[in-house]
Formats: sequence, structure tokens, C-alpha cells
Amino acid sequence: MKIQILGTGCPKCVKLATEAEQAAKELGLTYELVKVTDINEIMAFGVMITPALAVDGNVKVAGKVPSVEDIKKLLK
Amino acid sequence: MSNIICACGATPSLIVACSGAADVGELADLAARKLSRDKKGAMFCLAGVGARISGFVKSAEGAGNILVIDGCPLNCAAKTLKEVSVEKIMHVTVTELGLVKGQCGISDANVAKIYDKACDLLKESTKSDQ
Repeated sequence: MKIQILGTGCPKCVKLATEAEQAAKELGLTYELVKVTDINEIMAFGVMITPALAVDGNVKVAGKVPSVEDIKKLLK
Repeated sequence: MSNIICACGATPSLIVACSGAADVGELADLAARKLSRDKKGAMFCLAGVGARISGFVKSAEGAGNILVIDGCPLNCAAKTLKEVSVEKIMHVTVTELGLVKGQCGISDANVAKIYDKACDLLKESTKSDQ
């Protein structure tokens, strides 16, 4: 599973990356965490508000940082 | 689509227009583009929502405010957002500003009418967020 964190590196982006990683570990997933910071790449997803979380290219949430428990639901 | 909004900043506003084929749709589009260029918010693609592109749909869901500009009372843009359960919007319908579909023509003055109405709504929403 490829977990992509879309954002330019702001505090919420960092928090989302940390919480997504925690969620993936707690679920025992095999994953690769990728930070997408290039604006053109982010726009290619159709994302207009960062931070955003995508799984295998499919955007699951944008513009907010869900709780670890909610991220787990998005990763399942 | 010109700028991405970071949610770390102020409450983000997204702007979408029906961009329909009629003159009122074109005016809606022109006003939305001017608002976006003037940094009143960020215009994004309604077609992307209609196509269920996940990035557009989730951005619409995650926006603090969405300003929707429809050309006529069919309100296609608002209904497209409603299809993805985004119903909390600020809404301008061009024909409600005294512009008649098929007869109003494209002019800076007509764009300005829509622009001014949109700015009023955005200001009200900023006040209510405070």
C-alpha cells in the first residue's frame, strides 16, 4: 500500500504524516509513506486544499487532519 | 485553477462556477476567475466533482467555505455539489441579479455585478467565522 501525504510541509502536513504512519503501524500494514510536496503534483490529484491523504493514488481526505482512529478506517 | 489553499492558514474558501454555455454561465465563469485571481478564494473544477475525481470531491468536502456561482435557476453547480453531499455553500444565481439568460451579453459591468455580490457573501462568511 502506498500512503501519500499531499502538502508543502506545513505543520498540519507533518501531523497528518505522523498520524497516518501511526495508524498504518497499528494496523500492521505493509506500506510505503510518500510525501508529495510539489504543487504541480498535488494539483494533478485534483486537490485544492492541503494537507491531503491519498492511498494508492485515491484521495481519502483533504483540508483536515483526522484522528488516528479515523485514519485507520480510511486505510482499511 | 491557480492556487492551492493550505488549511494551516485562515478558513479556506473555494469558488466554483457552473461555467455553462449560455451568457449567464459565461459570466459566472468570468466572475469566478476574477475572484480567484484577486485571491478572494481559489476556483476549482466543477467537472472534476461531476467526474467523481477523488481529489476534487474531498477538497469540496474539506473546504471551510464554498462559494457557488450558478448562471440560471437550474442551479447545476449547487446540485452537482449536493450529489457528493456538499450542501453548506454560499450561493449566487446570476439571473437573480437582474441579468436575463440569453439577453444580458458579456460585459465588465455584468461581471462586476456578480463579483460584488460574491464579495458580500464572502465578507459575511468571514464575519460569521470570527
